[in-house]
Amino acid sequence: MATDVEETLKRIQAHKGVIGIIVVNAEGIPIRTSLDNSTTVQYANLLTNLTMKARSVVRDIDPQNDLTFLRVRSKKHEILVAPEKDYLLITIQNPSET
Amino acid sequence: MSEPEKKEVSDKEKETAKQDEKEKDTAQGGKKTPVSGKAKPGSGKRSGTPSKGNKGAAEKGRSTPKGNAKSKTKEDVKAPTPDPTGETEEEEEGLPEGCVPLFMSAKSQEIFSCVCDTDVTEENPIKVIMKADIMEDFRNRAAVCDFHPVKQEVQDFPSDEIVIVYDPDFKFGQNFYIAVTEDAKEKILNPFGPEGEGGEGGEKEEEVVYKYIPPESKDWVSHGSEKEIKEENVVENRRRIKISARRIRKEFGAPCNFQDRNVADAKDAYVECTAYEDRTFELKKVELDKSIQAVPELTEQGTNTDWRYPRNANTQYYPREFSDKEKETVEKSNDLQTFTKDMVPRFELALQQNEIMDVFFIDWLHLGDADGSFGNKADNHLKEYQSFTDLQFSKDRTITAIQWHPTIKGVVAVAVAEKLSFDERIDNCAKVIMTPSLILIWSFTDPIHPQLLLEAPDDIYSFQFSPSDPNIICGGCYNGQVVLWDISAHADRLKQQRGSNRNKKSNVLLPPSPDKRLTFRNEGLLQPGFEDPNALKTPVVRYCAVSSIENSHRAAITDIQWVPDHMELNRMGVPQENKSLQACQIMSCATDYCVLVWDTRPVKGPGQLITAKETDKGPKNPIGVPNTFKHLDLSWKPILKVALHKSEPGGDHSPTKFTIQERQGDRGTLGKATDGTDLSKEAAMGGGYYTKPGSGKDKRTLQSVKTHFYVGTEDGEIVYVDWMPQKDQDTGKIQTPKPDFYHAIHDGPVNTLQRSPFFKDVVLCIGGWTFTLWKETVNSGPILQSAASTVKLSAGHWSPSRPGVFYIAKVDGSVDVWDLLDKTHEPCMTQNVSPVPITSLYPFPVSQKQHLMAVGDNAGTLHILEIPWSLRQPTANEYTGISNYFEREVKRRAFVVSRWDFREIEKRELEQEHKRKMGIAPNVQLTEEEIEYRQKQEYAAYLDEENTFLRELGLKDDDEPLPET
Repeated sequence: MATDVEETLKRIQAHKGVIGIIVVNAEGIPIRTSLDNSTTVQYANLLTNLTMKARSVVRDIDPQNDLTFLRVRSKKHEILVAPEKDYLLITIQNPSET
Repeated sequence: MSEPEKKEVSDKEKETAKQDEKEKDTAQGGKKTPVSGKAKPGSGKRSGTPSKGNKGAAEKGRSTPKGNAKSKTKEDVKAPTPDPTGETEEEEEGLPEGCVPLFMSAKSQEIFSCVCDTDVTEENPIKVIMKADIMEDFRNRAAVCDFHPVKQEVQDFPSDEIVIVYDPDFKFGQNFYIAVTEDAKEKILNPFGPEGEGGEGGEKEEEVVYKYIPPESKDWVSHGSEKEIKEENVVENRRRIKISARRIRKEFGAPCNFQDRNVADAKDAYVECTAYEDRTFELKKVELDKSIQAVPELTEQGTNTDWRYPRNANTQYYPREFSDKEKETVEKSNDLQTFTKDMVPRFELALQQNEIMDVFFIDWLHLGDADGSFGNKADNHLKEYQSFTDLQFSKDRTITAIQWHPTIKGVVAVAVAEKLSFDERIDNCAKVIMTPSLILIWSFTDPIHPQLLLEAPDDIYSFQFSPSDPNIICGGCYNGQVVLWDISAHADRLKQQRGSNRNKKSNVLLPPSPDKRLTFRNEGLLQPGFEDPNALKTPVVRYCAVSSIENSHRAAITDIQWVPDHMELNRMGVPQENKSLQACQIMSCATDYCVLVWDTRPVKGPGQLITAKETDKGPKNPIGVPNTFKHLDLSWKPILKVALHKSEPGGDHSPTKFTIQERQGDRGTLGKATDGTDLSKEAAMGGGYYTKPGSGKDKRTLQSVKTHFYVGTEDGEIVYVDWMPQKDQDTGKIQTPKPDFYHAIHDGPVNTLQRSPFFKDVVLCIGGWTFTLWKETVNSGPILQSAASTVKLSAGHWSPSRPGVFYIAKVDGSVDVWDLLDKTHEPCMTQNVSPVPITSLYPFPVSQKQHLMAVGDNAGTLHILEIPWSLRQPTANEYTGISNYFEREVKRRAFVVSRWDFREIEKRELEQEHKRKMGIAPNVQLTEEEIEYRQKQEYAAYLDEENTFLRELGLKDDDEPLPET
C-alpha cells in the first residue's frame, strides 16, 4: 500500500520544474520528503502555519467553506499546498524552468 | 495660633536659618566670638540692659552659630504663651542672657517640687523657687546642693523668687537652667516684655525671610470697589406699573353658570392672541462678569521597580520529527492513501497550468533590455569630474602616463615630461637638466596641490604601481634607466582626507645639494620674498634605486610592467611559481630592440639578504630615501634580455609596447604547475624584495603560462615572440628565437597594446591612425582592423566593466568610445575633452557606482571624467555576445586564410597556364601527337562553349550546322 503513495508522489515529482515534495501531518511534522532535512523542517513549519491561517480566513468568511488548495507565487518558486484534515502536501515548483 | 501651624512656620524658619547660617559661616566667621561670649553669664550681665539697639545687635550676633535654628524652634515650643501679635521672633538663641545651666538631681527636684515631667514639663518648663528655700538647702546639704555652682549668684540675687527652667533636651548641657539676674528672670517670665517690638525691625532684615503673620483686621479703605458693588445692585429706576381690576360688588362670590355659546353671538367672545416678535429675543449679551481662579494642582508620585541581575540565557530546540518506524506506520495508514489520491489531481492541475504558461511573466519588463545602451541621450556622455594641473610642475609639459592608485580611492599618479623631440632636447640640454623630472600624485581632496612628487633622474615615460605593494612604484626613464620609488613613508598622506595636514612640515623631504634638485628647491627657500609656499608643502620623494646606465636600455623606456605576483622568470625565461606572492620582477621595453626583465631582489647570496634587512631597520640615509632597494641602486642589471630580431636578416624590431598573457590576480596557472625536484621554502620566507632568485630547481615551473607575448613596435608592427631564449642552430648561441610572426599593419608607432580585461587572449592595439584587435591563437592577422581615422590616435584603453567597449584618445583632444556590439565601423560616441592633444587615458572603477576616466593631455592637465551609466553597466549577455562576435571573427579569419590558400593555388595554376601559353615549356617534353591531341581537345571544348553561349543568346538553333572556320 505504501507503494501507492510512493507512486503518486513520483508522478507529481515527474512534472517539469518540481523541486521538492513534502508530506506533513497536522502537527507540522514532516513524514515524507524529497528535500534535505533542514529545508524540509523549515518549509513544514512555516507552511503549516500559513496554511492554518489561510484556512481560518476562508472558514471565518464562510463557515461552510474550506480551503482546498494554496498557491504561493514567489519570484523564484511557486509553492503549492494542499491541506486536508490530517495531512498537508507541499510541492515546490520552479515555474520558469517549465 | 494652633500648634501644627506653628510647627510649619518653625520648620520653614529652620530651613531659612540654615541657609543663612551657611552664608554667614563663610562670609563672617568672625562673628562667632560674640556668641560664645554671650553664652557666658558675665557677658549676659553686660548686655542685659533692655535697650533696643543692644537687643538688635545681640540678635544679629546670635543668628550665626550653628544649631541656633534648632534652639530657636525649641524655645518656641517651650514658651507657648499666647501671642496676640503673633510675633515669634522673641526667641532665645543659645543660653539666654544671665542664665546658667544647672543640674538638679531627682532628690533636689523633689525638694523644690520641680520633678521633671510632673511639676515641670516641656510645655510648662518654668518653675519659681523661693530664694529662702535655696538658702536653706545650702545649709542642709552644703556642697551636695545642686545650686552650689551658682551659690554666689543665688545669694546676690536681688529678689526673693528665683526662676529655673526645665531643659528636657539638655540643650545647654544640664536638665535645668537658672536665671541668675533679674533681667533674665524677667525675660523668662515675660518673654515678650517691653522689648517685644524692639528687635522686630532689625530681625526682619537679618534673618526671618518667610514668616507667618496672621492677618489682623483693619479699617476698610475704599479703592472704588463699592461703586462696582453698587452697580451690581438692582435699583428701581422707573415707576412701578399699577394695574387695577374692578368688579361689581354683587358679583363677588356669585355662583358661576357655565354654558355653551357661539363665538359669533357675543362681540368679545373671541380673543385672539397673535404671535409677535419679541424684541428682546435677539438682544445679545455683550458683557459678562465672570471670574476664575487657577490653583495649580501638585502631586508627587514615585514608583520603584525591582532590579534584576541581567544574565545571558539561551535555549536550544530541535524540530519534532518522526522516527523511521513512525513514518512507516503513518505511510501505511489508509488516511494518507486517500489523502494522496485526493490531492494528486489538484496538484497535477496546478503544475500543468504552470507548465503550459507562466501567467505571471511580465512581458514589459523583459522588453527593452537592449535599448538601454544608447537609446537615451541624456546620460551617456562623459562628464568632467575634476581636473588637475600644477602651475609649477605640470603646466606646458606633456603627460606621458597615468596610473590610478590600486588601493586608495581617488588617488591618481601622472608622469610629466618635456614637450621636446630628441633634437630639441639636446639643444635645450641645460634647461632640461635644470628642471626636475617628476611623477605627480594627485588626490581628489586637493585639486591644486599634488599630494606627492616622485623625483626621477630623467623624464618618465611609463610607470606602474607594484600590484602587491602599492607603495612601490617602478618607472622607466627617457634615458633608459629603470627607477624604483618607495613611498611607504607617505602612504598615510595619500590616505588623508581633504586638507588635513597640508602644513605639516615633518613630511617634507628636502633633497640635498649634489644635483639639480637643490637648485630648484632651495632657490625658492633662500631668496626672501620668492618662497613658494607650496614648494614646502608637497613632499618630494627621491627614487630609491636606479638601474646602472651601462646595463639599462639605450633608448627611452616606453613601457614598463610588473610581472604578476604569482610568477617569476628565471634567467632562462622559464616562468616559475613565486611563492611569496610579492611582485618582484619588472619587464620593460624600449626602442633599442629589446625587452628586459628585472628582478628587484638582491642578486647575491643570503649574506647580502641579511645586511639588506638590517640596514632597512637602521636610520634612514640623510636624503630621507628608504633603503628598500639600496642593494640595487646603480648596480641593477636585467636578468633576462629578449632581443627582437626580425625573421628575415637585416634589422630588428624596436618595441614601444608589449603585453604578456599572465595577469595579476589570476592564479589559475598555479594549479597546473609541475613540481620541481625540491620544494624548499626559501622562496616563501623573507618577504618579496629580499628573497634571492632561486636556482630554478627548487621552484615549480608554471607549464601553462604562455611565454609568447605581443610586442608593438615603433614601425607599427605587431610582433608575436617567445621570450624564452633558445639555442640558435647556426651560431650555437642561446638567444631569443625569431618571432612567430609579425604584421606591419599600423601606419604609425604602436602606442597601446592591451589585453581585454575579460578575454585574456584578445589584444587591442593602437598605432598611427588605426587600431586592430588580435586574438592570440589567430596568427594570420587581426580579427578586426579599423579604417584609418582622420586624426591620429594617441592612446586607448579597454573599459574595465564592459567587455565590448574601449576608449580611444585622439590628438585632436577628443575621446572615441567604441562599442563592438553596437557598431564596428565607427565609434558609437565621440566627445571632445581637451583643446590640446590627448596623450594618455585610463578608465578606472573607483567604486561600484562610479567609474572615472583619467585623461592626460599635452598641456599637462589631467582631466578626470565620469563615465556614464550606459558605458559602465554591461548590457544583458554582453559577455556572451562579444565572445560570439570574436568567435565569428576568428572563423572569418580562418575563411580568409583558406581563401588565401585558394587564391595561392589559383594564382599558381594561372601562372602555370600563362607560362604554358607563352610557350615556356614545362619541364616535361610532350610528343607531337600529344600536343595535337590536346589542341584538339581544347578546340572541342571551345566549340562546346561557343555553342552553349550562342544558344543562350537564342542566335543559334541546335540543328543549324556550325559555320566552318
